[in-house]
Amino acid sequence: MNAQPTQSFVQPAKPPLERHTLSVVVDNEPGVLARVIGLFSGRGYNIDSLTVSETEHAAHVSRITIVTTGQATVIEQIKAQLSRMVPVHTVRDLTAEGGSLERELALVKVVGTGDQRNEALRLAQVFRADVIDANVDHFVFELTGKPAKVDQFIAIMGPLGLVEVCRTGIAAVSRGKRTD
Amino acid sequence: MEPRMMTGAEMVLQALVDQGVTDVFGYPGGAVLPIYDAIFQQEKIFHTLVRHEQGAGHAAEGYARSTGKVGVALVTSGPGATNMVTPLTDALLDSIPMVCITGQVATHLIGSDAFQECDTVGITRPCTKNNWLVKDVNDLSRILHEAFYVATHGRPGPVVVDIPKDIQFATGVYTPPDPRGHKTYQPQVKGDSAAIRAAIELIAGARRPIFYTGGGVINSGPEASKLLREFVRLTGHPITTTLMGLGSYPASDPQWLGMLGMHGTYEANNAMHDCDVMVAVGARFDDRITGRLNAFSPNSRKIQIDIDPSSINKNVRVDIPIIGDVKNVLADMLHVWKAEKPKTDKAALKQWWAQIDKWRSRNSLAYRNSRDVIMPQYAVERLYEATKGRETFITTEVGQHQMWAAQYFPFEEPNHWMTSGGLGTMGYGLPAAVGVQTAHPDALVIDIAGDASVLMTMQEMSTAVQHDLPIKIFILNNQHMGMVRQWQQLLHGNRLSHSYTEALPDFVKLAEAYGCVGFEVSKPGDLDGAIAEMIKVNRPVLFDCRVAALANCLPMIPSGKAHNEMLLPEATDAEIDSAIDDAGKVMV
Repeated sequence: MNAQPTQSFVQPAKPPLERHTLSVVVDNEPGVLARVIGLFSGRGYNIDSLTVSETEHAAHVSRITIVTTGQATVIEQIKAQLSRMVPVHTVRDLTAEGGSLERELALVKVVGTGDQRNEALRLAQVFRADVIDANVDHFVFELTGKPAKVDQFIAIMGPLGLVEVCRTGIAAVSRGKRTD
Repeated sequence: MEPRMMTGAEMVLQALVDQGVTDVFGYPGGAVLPIYDAIFQQEKIFHTLVRHEQGAGHAAEGYARSTGKVGVALVTSGPGATNMVTPLTDALLDSIPMVCITGQVATHLIGSDAFQECDTVGITRPCTKNNWLVKDVNDLSRILHEAFYVATHGRPGPVVVDIPKDIQFATGVYTPPDPRGHKTYQPQVKGDSAAIRAAIELIAGARRPIFYTGGGVINSGPEASKLLREFVRLTGHPITTTLMGLGSYPASDPQWLGMLGMHGTYEANNAMHDCDVMVAVGARFDDRITGRLNAFSPNSRKIQIDIDPSSINKNVRVDIPIIGDVKNVLADMLHVWKAEKPKTDKAALKQWWAQIDKWRSRNSLAYRNSRDVIMPQYAVERLYEATKGRETFITTEVGQHQMWAAQYFPFEEPNHWMTSGGLGTMGYGLPAAVGVQTAHPDALVIDIAGDASVLMTMQEMSTAVQHDLPIKIFILNNQHMGMVRQWQQLLHGNRLSHSYTEALPDFVKLAEAYGCVGFEVSKPGDLDGAIAEMIKVNRPVLFDCRVAALANCLPMIPSGKAHNEMLLPEATDAEIDSAIDDAGKVMV
């Protein structure tokens, strides 16, 4: 117990924004994703990245991975609001737990000929991107890695004829043997 | 055991019976006809036919609030469902347990823009705790039982079960309620014992304590109110109550400082501002309570008891959060207090009470009475005097009359005050009174109404007549949307844009047209006699009480101001005109 009363206002002047990755296990039922997304839009929270898929078919359970940005108090609210939803099993804050693994997959289409085309292929090899489709005037690269690596690859491809990008959003899991 | 086979429609009725439901409020339509046919062929569930689906929702809310049971509404697809959106949102904001069953077009028609089709689960998702579209008759009974579980467990709230018409006709296996509860939704009801001990230590050591208690005490059940009384009296500390919490602590008790917040008493708000320890019990630091957030109770340490973890640190940071059901936490706190018999700082508390008495002596609910015209505050006071000693339930609409009812009609017991607090739904009170009277046929049920609000759901007078519900609609008729007018005076140079109702009906003739009894009173001297007569009539009544047109609802914390910057009743028009600065103007 503090001897002095603590600052009791939730919103002091400009607290810093934090970026958190939340891993939410939900019932795989119709409408659950809409309910989760509706919470974010309805209460004005940010979604930077969203990934969702069924992860345990037998248990009928899906995992939603959400990357969000907000003040610490807002992040706390988001977790509390998610946790009280009926179809939500668990909410884990992988950022707060520390040391989580995050990966993203991107499909990147680059159009070009001549030197530009050679340079794109050479850089793709440096980034260990796979060529999954090609013709004499284009490549489609598949790249998996940390979001920063994907960002960097896309930025480099920009001047080399990048025409289309599709990113999966972030999949994340905690290190170690702990599970939900 | 043989599996019990029945149709979906029969399952609905069986599930209601198994959940202990006796009353349903509803309105039929194409997509719920099989359920209505099942209602026709049974006698365990009593159905009250409303005149508009919104009325069914508010009636279910009034029923729930006055009994502690779940309110049940039954409506058809499309417009039936969309008309429920307001009551569902109302119930969500005020944490009222409600199960709403909606009909839906047949499963093969869903998504085809069929007649009276709408995306009910999509539309009601943000205004329910949870909702379900039933796609297989064999899931129906499980979902219905889950719906009742979710509506009543944790922080109570509304749920929707959307049942396509073919599912109502189909035959399947009925399963009774599962006593094991729910696989994922298991809210914490018992408070953390270390937090409870820390809270007791803080409360015992307080020099300027206050209890700030809300609707959560009432939702927790009568036991919670009983424990609250015992604990507050044991500590000797002052207590104030939110609009939603009125009745959880007796208004006649000297430790009660009245309601707090925007139209709360001077003593309650100043005590909140100056306290050193605040104990929030089932209250959520709503903006009507806190006033300007960065000036809210700046020097206190705060304890918050709430069943909903998302209520903690939402608007105001608290020092000791205790997540749990109010009745469980209060029982544990009482136990610790009695075991430890902590020493309190008697000298400091005496000084605190002396300060509170000073604030009290300002008499912030004083008003200037008149011989010629009925003051609205006086009307509520006389209504209270006439009903004292009876089993009386009060509902309200939303606006000035609602605040006057809260200020001048004291409550001694929980579940006797039904009002739309969070959403502020004009038109709530009349159908809510229908619901309350259905649950309490012999009690006196009065909707303290405003002339504008009451017109929003006036058609439910017809419901009251059909079902012999002798509700009393006591209209404080000032011929304005009084609260809108007051805010236009406060914020907009007294330019009364569309806040004057220029074509009010003759309420007495309207009453007669509906088959009710009408009264009209405009002289203070006639008021008592007319109220006595109104109470005597065993039929629905519309009571047109003509009151002073331009009275303001005071005291008031102007928006954007702190608890210790109240406008008191003696404020002049000039002070009222300039009470809100530019920063306050943008707040609602």
